[in-house]
Amino acid sequence: MIHLQSVSKRFRTPDGAWFNAVDDTTLSVSAGEIFGLIGFSGAGKSTLLRLINLLERPDSGSVIVDGQDLTALPAKALRQARQNIGMVFQQFNLLANRTVAQNVAFPLEIAGMSRSDIDVRVRECLEIVQLSDRADHYPAQLSGGQKQRVGIARALAPRPHVILADEPTSALDPRTTQSILDCLREINQRFGVTVVIVTHEMGVVRSICHRAALLDAGRVVEIMDIADGNVDASSDLARSLLEAA
Amino acid sequence: MDMSTLIDAWQDLSMMGPEINQALIETAIMLSLGLAAAILIGGPLGIVLYLSRPGHLFAHRGVHAVLGWLVNLVRSFPFIILMVSLVPLTRMIVGSTIGPVAASVPLAFAAVPYFARLVEQTLREIPRGVIEAAEAMGASPWQIIVKVLLNEGRAGLISSLTILTISFLSYTAVAGVVGGGGIGDLAIRYGYYRFQTDVMVAMVLLLVVLVQIIQFVGNRLAHKLDKR
Repeated sequence: MIHLQSVSKRFRTPDGAWFNAVDDTTLSVSAGEIFGLIGFSGAGKSTLLRLINLLERPDSGSVIVDGQDLTALPAKALRQARQNIGMVFQQFNLLANRTVAQNVAFPLEIAGMSRSDIDVRVRECLEIVQLSDRADHYPAQLSGGQKQRVGIARALAPRPHVILADEPTSALDPRTTQSILDCLREINQRFGVTVVIVTHEMGVVRSICHRAALLDAGRVVEIMDIADGNVDASSDLARSLLEAA
Repeated sequence: MDMSTLIDAWQDLSMMGPEINQALIETAIMLSLGLAAAILIGGPLGIVLYLSRPGHLFAHRGVHAVLGWLVNLVRSFPFIILMVSLVPLTRMIVGSTIGPVAASVPLAFAAVPYFARLVEQTLREIPRGVIEAAEAMGASPWQIIVKVLLNEGRAGLISSLTILTISFLSYTAVAGVVGGGGIGDLAIRYGYYRFQTDVMVAMVLLLVVLVQIIQFVGNRLAHKLDKR
């Protein structure tokens, strides 16, 4: 489903030095799985996630999603491809001047769907995230967990094949975190959407991931299998994260 | 000030009714032409200034620098000097340098870069993440401008327009002195050149009331549009 082929991305730091955020990394995510990207701050996990929909363009390497090499696409085709990749953010990034329903409608408007089809789909998605009663509220009137569920409904609306989640629970308290993770798992199971989730918490990986890549200094240290909440890991770094959790 | 001066003043003013009316219309013409230019030209210019900033959608150091420099250049002119130096251009465009329409040319010139800067500032307040979310959804640049930038910035844009309107209400008085007409011009002609203080006071009061109304309407509208 997603294949990153020796991708690298470096940034200039304020003092002029180069920083390798992602360093020659190759990674494959299969269709229908929930894949975690875990590591400490600065390990390159968010950058790696943002390479998948080309919010960051890799300096080298290729990004293949759904059999399409995104790095080779012209601007318009890339926008089209992005409509099949939903994204959920740590800070929600909802439009403050749009209601909940209008926020969920946003990607559908972009895709050029008709008014009546949009209304139907928005209602469906709000039902899935259990926010039908908040359709006409503005984001400022919602709690953090509710905002994130709007974010998930918005990502889900265009029926994407993939949802990228960038620390979706890091701004939330533990109980809300669990409900958001349940929501993502349900979407994965019901609709077969592939989910890639960035987190710094082993608890998140344990709770919903099928597999996870442990990152350090822009490289994959190991790929861990998760079965029934047990993380199968061998590296010291993974052990230290497991102990911390 | 005793009763008889008040009555005198009232009689003066009521006799000047038609002239005050005329002045109001002239001010309205100058203000609306100046603001229209600001919105139609300054608005897009402000958006381009914002989008060409480093790290933004159409980041372009050269374009940003040149536009920024041009905006600063026009804004550095004291308005009265800008007006005088634009006389030839005004004559070319309007065919005359007298009257409210002619006075609107330098007003527009001053209003465009002023509003452009206000728009740029307002758009900078919009969180980057919201724009990024739209990009991730596959929104086109045009969709991002209309559905994200203008919609998320709408309250700030109304407040900017309010500031611009009030500043330019006072600029119209300067433009009036060199033949534009308007309320400010009336105040100076009668109040200053003919020592009719009552007319001056009345015109200043009228401007005070106008400014209060504009600010009130601007605040209300901005508040109503702001859902943040």
